[in-house]
Parts: sequence; structure tokens; C-alpha cells
Amino acid sequence: MSKIRTQLMLCGGTGCSATSPAVREVFEKELERQGLSEEVQIVETGCNGFCTLGPVMLVQPEGIFYQKIKPKDVPEIVEEHLLKGRPVEKLFYVEPASEETIPTMNEIPFFSHQMLRVMRNKGLIDPEVIDDYIARDGYFGAAKALQEMTPGQIIEEMKISGLRGRGGAGFPTGLKWEFASKSPGDIKYVLCNADEGDPGAFMDRSILEADPHAVLEGMIIAARAINSHKGYIYARTEYPLAIRRLTIAIQQAREYGLLGEDILGTGFDFDIEIYEGAGAFVCGEETALMRSIEGKRGMPRPRPPFPAQKGLWEKPTILNNVETLANVPQIILNGGEWYSGVGTETSKGTKVFALSGDVNNIGLVEVPMGISLRTIVFDIGGGIPNKKEFKAVQLGGPSGGCVPEQHLDIPVDYEEIAKVGAIMGSGGMIVMDENTCMVDMARFFMDFIQDESCGKCTPCREGTRRLLEILNRICEGKGKPGDIEDLEELSSVIKESALCGLGQTGPNPVLSTLRYFRDEYEAHIYEKRCPAKRCVALLKFEIDPDLCSKCGACFRHCPAEAITWKKKDVAVIQKDKCIKCMTCFEKCKFGAIF
Amino acid sequence: MGKLTIQDLKKIKENASKKMTLRGEKGDIKVIVHMGTCGIAAGAREVMETLMEELGQADHENIQVVASGCLGMCSSEPNVTVEIQGKTPVIYQHMNANKMRQVFKRHVLKGEVQTDFALARG
Ligand SMILES: Cc1cc2nc3c(=O)[nH]c(=O)nc-3n(C[C@H](O)[C@H](O)[C@H](O)COP(=O)(O)O)c2cc1C
Repeated sequence: MSKIRTQLMLCGGTGCSATSPAVREVFEKELERQGLSEEVQIVETGCNGFCTLGPVMLVQPEGIFYQKIKPKDVPEIVEEHLLKGRPVEKLFYVEPASEETIPTMNEIPFFSHQMLRVMRNKGLIDPEVIDDYIARDGYFGAAKALQEMTPGQIIEEMKISGLRGRGGAGFPTGLKWEFASKSPGDIKYVLCNADEGDPGAFMDRSILEADPHAVLEGMIIAARAINSHKGYIYARTEYPLAIRRLTIAIQQAREYGLLGEDILGTGFDFDIEIYEGAGAFVCGEETALMRSIEGKRGMPRPRPPFPAQKGLWEKPTILNNVETLANVPQIILNGGEWYSGVGTETSKGTKVFALSGDVNNIGLVEVPMGISLRTIVFDIGGGIPNKKEFKAVQLGGPSGGCVPEQHLDIPVDYEEIAKVGAIMGSGGMIVMDENTCMVDMARFFMDFIQDESCGKCTPCREGTRRLLEILNRICEGKGKPGDIEDLEELSSVIKESALCGLGQTGPNPVLSTLRYFRDEYEAHIYEKRCPAKRCVALLKFEIDPDLCSKCGACFRHCPAEAITWKKKDVAVIQKDKCIKCMTCFEKCKFGAIF
Repeated sequence: MGKLTIQDLKKIKENASKKMTLRGEKGDIKVIVHMGTCGIAAGAREVMETLMEELGQADHENIQVVASGCLGMCSSEPNVTVEIQGKTPVIYQHMNANKMRQVFKRHVLKGEVQTDFALARG
């Protein structure tokens, strides 16, 4: 029997797997050719988190981290590194700020500031192999809950942990379970919300892809706490890889008797089914989600009654987010005290964020509560690309708000974030640089909300459409005095009267941009000017001779041949030929076009 | 596989952890085979293969095998370094399959430095 000396942990998350199968194929061939197939093993892992550098691979046990691997790089890695022991430097990570080359994963700032709890298995296990999960203490939390604890003790432990729902609202998980456990009835349900509809959010997808068993185990423990025997995972159809891995995980858990009847010989029965949702944002709302599972049109209903009393098919139900559930096994195994050892007064544990937008290190990060937003954007995220200035970061997607520079030092904490007009949300974190027009940004989210409104209640159906009309007008240069006041009044009416969270939070992006960037709205309306130079209708398409460096970049890139330029001369845009495509704006490094 | 009991779960964990020691915690013992072009020409591949065979038979989970580059002492290749936590690393020179077996059985497993072919300590 021979042994494996090196493992290649190749990322098979959604981002990397666009090209990682091709890389894997060449690895298999090259390892064979060099006679290393017996000593070196390839393991396909879930999302590593550093998606912007994909495909990425970690070589264990050395911890060497390779990024942007192309199939043609593979022979060199195999021959130089795996055979001769000389890591291939040109594929190392280069820190954008210092331009320093960093060979090992743990020294890269993107990873070193993180704290992995929910994602502790990412890149370490093969998500399609249940034994890998068990090796990392998997299902020992469930075993403890079923064998050694009463439902009351489980709930007590959850309350001590201080875990709050990661789906956005931040409701204490232990309390939610307690309500459902006290509701009378023999039939109860445990639901997992894997609908993840916020634009720019991919935390839950990645957790499911990297560690599906953690979510199943969390559901088993929840089921025991409220004495439920049936669970559903509501996952959007647009997540094929997550659904595939969940399906495999459920199958493997059933084969081991970790789902089904008499789990681990304890006499407790629980099974899980996946329900594929069609990808409507509103179906992430709890009452709409339950109607959708019932086979009806996904529309919310007023609460109370709350799901803990009357949920799915009118039975007591708990609904928890993917990340919430993935925290549960470790809380049971290590204790609530352990869990609450990290965080702030009211926000315990870690939070996963999907970092995207104008930031160097786009990807998935897990940080301890209490860390500052500035650390996330500038240290983990590596700052803003192209030497641009930071403008704001949007938290919580279309239900949330933006945090500008002056508040960037606030900690990640439900209450502190709410104070500055944003929300913790489910983990979407979109960084915006100086070239982002905040009116346009609010318009984008309102377009989304208006489109996703289910139409059941008037304030949301009509109100969001009116808000969008006003924002569209402002961006088109047709804003008029009174628009800002109308936006504010409409927003507050919608927030107060809409039926569900979608409408109640929908105006948030408008209100928060008005709070911090009112001057941009005013410039659009009163001066017919877009300070960020994003709104096409407000641009003149002229060149400022004082700023023009006479480089000719605009001339060379103009697809309409609308620009005239000669060496050492200021370029000129011929308005009759210009198609307003914005190419020259993007190419001009000097901001000379206005 | 039938239904698991908690005992079975522990067994699976034990077996699966062995497979995974490479990925998480580092082993206490590191055996480095220097596999530069010179080392390979002098027979480092064979040394590595022997080491892997021995490792497979030993069923010892705390040993890490690393292929590394040339030490700069090409004339004494193949070179192998044995690093045991808390002890000074020992470099062995002119290794071959037989010497590797001896070093593995005596030094790596039992901690007895094989001074006959040791080039240097640390
Ligand atoms: C319009 C709307 C969309 C939502 N989408 C999601 C979602 O995609 N995922 C999620 O976990 N929660 C979503 N929620 C929140 C859920 O209604 C619910 O609060 C949450 O799933 C409860 O789980 P938690 O306590 O573990 O956070 C949404 C809420 C609203 C109003």
C-alpha cells in the first residue's frame, strides 16, 4: 500500500468551476505522466472564497496557494513543484497595494483577517464525501443533541449562544425555536431558507456548495428541539451545483441512517426534502415561501399568526436561513458560551459577507462580529482598484442602505449598522467607488424591487412604481423641484403600510442615499448635472481642453469614429456622430470628458 | 453501509481523519526529499518511492513528506532532511532505497539519528 503525500485542494465552487474542470483534466494527465498519481491526490472542494482569483488551488500540507491557474500552467506545476519541490512563483498571489508576492494562503491578508466558523470546512473537505465531514466532527453535534440533551436544553444552549438569524432580520434563533416548541401539535416543520435573492449575494450558495452536511445537521438539531419529523430546504433553481451537492448529501446521510427513521438508534425520526423555488425575490419572505412549498402562488400574508403558531400547512413551523443553520452544530458541540465568546454585546459569532463591486478582492469572507467595515473593505478587500477613491458600501442589498466614508469605522453589529441607516442584511456587501452615481444606484435597486413586488398590496405595487418613475426622471435630466420631498413622503408611506418586508424595506436605498448624498440628487435636479458622470442623459459629451492630456485614447477607442484628434492636440467629439456609448469616458484617465 | 450508531460514527471519524491529516494540522515529523534536477538525476525519485512505500506500511499519521528543491549540495545528492519537532534537523546524503528504509525505520519512527550517512545536523 502506498501513501498520499500531497493533496491538491482544487476549488470547485461556482466561480472557479467555470474553468477548474479543464485544469483538473490536465492535472490528472500530467500526474500520470510524471508517475505521481499514487502520491498526489486531487480533491475538489467547495468555494474557497477568493473568487476573483479563480481558479484557485491550495497545495497541502505546505499551504502554497496558486491563483488564476490555466490548463497550460499545469505541466509546470506538476514538474517543478510536485516533482522537484520548487513552487511556481509566477502563480503566487500578489498583494495589490504593496505588490508583494505571497506564497502561502495563511499569510495573504484576505484570509488572515478572517475567522472561519461557518466556513471552517471550506477547501478542507470534499463536499460530496460524507466521511470527510464526519472526520471534521460532523454529525457529532446532532449525536449529542439526540442522545444527551432534552429539547429544552438544546433551546437553552441556543439562547446562551446569542445566535441571531442570518437571513436579514436578526431574530434570536433560540427564541424562535422556543415559540415553535411550545406551540401545540404533533406535526411541525423545519424549513431552511436557501432562496438567496439579494443581487450581489452568494453566501448561502457557497455554504451549500462547500459544506452541505452542516446545514442538514443544523436542521436535525432544530427538528429535535421542536419535535419535528419533516423538513424542507427551499432552494432556488438557479443554484444547480448547490442543489446537486445537497441532493448527494441527503442521500449519503440517509444511507448512514443520519436522516430517516430512528436516527443513530435514538428513536428519533426526521427527513429532509429539497423544494426548488423559481427564483422570485418575494419567495424568500417567510410566509410567501411557505405558500410556495404548498404549491400556491408565492405571496405573503399578514402576520400574526406567526409561522411558529401557524406555518406550513397551518402547522407550527420554524424557518431559518442557511448560514444560521450552519452555525448550529458547532454551538451544540462546543456550547453556547463558546459561541458567544466572539462578537459584541448584541451580536455574537461571525458573519459571512459576499464582498463585491469596486474592490480588489471580490469574494466570500467570514469575519468576527465587531470587526470594522473599514477592515473588511481595505484590509481583507484590498481597497479600491485603479487608485480610485472609496465612496460608500451598500449593505443588505435592496432592503438595506449605504454606509459612507465617515461611518466606515463602525463595527459589524446589528444595532450599530442600523444606527447609520443601513442593515446587517443577509451579507451582501457592495463597494462603490467615486464613479458611482448614488441616484443611479438607488434607481437600480428600486427597479429591482418594483419588478419583484408581488402586487398583492397597493403600497408596494403602486408605490415602488411611482418611486421608480421619479428616480428615472431625475436620472434622465427631467427632475423638478419637489421630487426629493415626494420621494421622502412616498417612501415613508410605503414603509409604514406595505404588507411584508419587501415593501417595508424597499425604500431604504432611496432614503439612505438621500441621507448621505442629497447634494447629488440636487445636482441632478437643479443643475442638470451628474457629479459622478454616470447618467448619460446629463452628460454633454464634450472635452475639457484644460484637462485633456492630448493622449488620443478616446480617439483610438471610439467605435463610432466620432472623435477627431492629432498628436499634441486636444481631442474633439463630433456630436452628430456620437452615439453616447460611454467608451471615451471609460478610456479617459484624466476625467476630461463631461 | 447500514444504519450508524454513535460508535460507528466515531470509527468513521477516526478512519477519515487519517486521510485528511495532510489538509489541516501539521504533522510533527517532516521528511524532505530534495528533488532538484540534480537530485532526480542522482536517484531521488527512487528514494521518494521507497519513502512512500515505507510510509504506507508504517500507518503513522504524524509524518509529512515534502518534495523540495535542491539544497545546493549537488555533489552529495540525493539528499533527504528529517525534521522532528523540537530537534535539530538532520540532512542525509547520497541516499538510495536501502538507506532510505533504514533512516525511516530507525530515525523517523524511533528517533535514532543514522550518523553513518548524515551530512550535517541543522
Ligand atoms: C422580500 C424578502 C426576501 C427575503 N429573502 C430571504 C432570503 O433569500 N434568504 C433568507 O434566509 N431570508 C430571506 N428573508 C428573510 C426571511 O423572511 C426570514 O426572516 C428568514 O429566512 C428567517 O431565518 P433566520 O432567522 O435564520 O434569519 C427575506 C425577507 C423578505 C421580506
